[in-house]
Amino acid sequence: MNWPAINRSILYWIVASIGVLCCPSPSAAHLVTTGMGPVYDGIGHLLLTPEDLVPVLAIALYAGLRGAVAGRRTMFLLPFAWCVGGLTGSAVSSATSIPIPALSFLILGGLVAADLCMPSAAVTVLAIALGLVHGFLNGAALRDGAGTLGLVGIMTILFVLVALISAFVVSIGKSWARIAVRVAGSWIAAVGLLMFGWAMR
Amino acid sequence: MIERISYKPQMCFSVLAALITFLPSFAFAHVELGQATGFITGLQHPWSGLDHVLAMIAVGIWGAQLGNPAIWLLPVTFPIVMSMGAMMGLLGIPLPGTEIGIALSAILLGAMVLGAIRPRLIIAALLVGFFAISHGYAHGTELPAGQSGLLYSMGFVIATGCLHGIGIALGLVHRWPVGKLALRGTGAYIAFMGVIFLWRALA
Repeated sequence: MNWPAINRSILYWIVASIGVLCCPSPSAAHLVTTGMGPVYDGIGHLLLTPEDLVPVLAIALYAGLRGAVAGRRTMFLLPFAWCVGGLTGSAVSSATSIPIPALSFLILGGLVAADLCMPSAAVTVLAIALGLVHGFLNGAALRDGAGTLGLVGIMTILFVLVALISAFVVSIGKSWARIAVRVAGSWIAAVGLLMFGWAMR
Repeated sequence: MIERISYKPQMCFSVLAALITFLPSFAFAHVELGQATGFITGLQHPWSGLDHVLAMIAVGIWGAQLGNPAIWLLPVTFPIVMSMGAMMGLLGIPLPGTEIGIALSAILLGAMVLGAIRPRLIIAALLVGFFAISHGYAHGTELPAGQSGLLYSMGFVIATGCLHGIGIALGLVHRWPVGKLALRGTGAYIAFMGVIFLWRALA
């Protein structure tokens, strides 16, 4: 074994990690103005808004658990539905008293935790529903901020996230890794329940 | 091997470059500054009370002792039921004897680990779920003013899950005779601390 080479590699990792950690710029979430244009604003919005990001992660995990076909369909249809919902939301007022994110957390997290066997068509319907509803909620906010180009950014990052996560889950073969995914689902469902509590308080 | 070693520095710099793109130097604007403290508060909260820490670790250890499927079923069940308890607290539904329930959870779960008791799975899940309600009720609702409920909830659930993970990791030593003995000692300690918590709750 070539210890010096490995140690040098570890040293690179440590230096790189410290270098990144030494840049503690504050990050402010939600409807972010990145200064880099509306597409990046849209990307930043999704990545920094847990109400939208976590349900997307959950549907990607669930689609991955259901197999490659469900994953592929979700990868294409979720961004499309989000776009349709966003355009509709930007044209219509999207104020609602229903705790939509809490519902998304609860339903999708519960499905991941239970690893419930559903046909890939049902997963597709779920993905479209998620995209339409969350896109609709995003629509009004984007109208005041990043606009339609913001939706392009959101669609891009949705495609990338769902592709990476679903592909990862589809590829896992070991049972403990699948269980880890289900544990993550239970956490998401638990957060959804708490969100309901906060909403009804 | 040679190829792999020469590949690592390149991969390192690629990862560094990718990480740098995530540096939030450009994300200034916004009125929701300080929201992230909700996540940190939630993440810290389960670690702040020894009663919660010991009970969560006991759940993980017991799950590991019971083996498959309890090793994953208990940690999957616990956060959801715990959140139901927290929801009860948030909705103002009274739950008498919460602190006593938490102390009893440490005593009983510690005793289960001490005796390496193997009840039927449904009984183990019901026992853990019952105590999860007390823990959620007591700890899940303590959000400081001005912080995000969602982020607090996420931090709280993740930290609780990590405590289960620690318990499972500790519990894996039961494969060895010395490990079994050590786990029983840990169970005895948790049960003993539970008695102290109960004493305080009743005092």
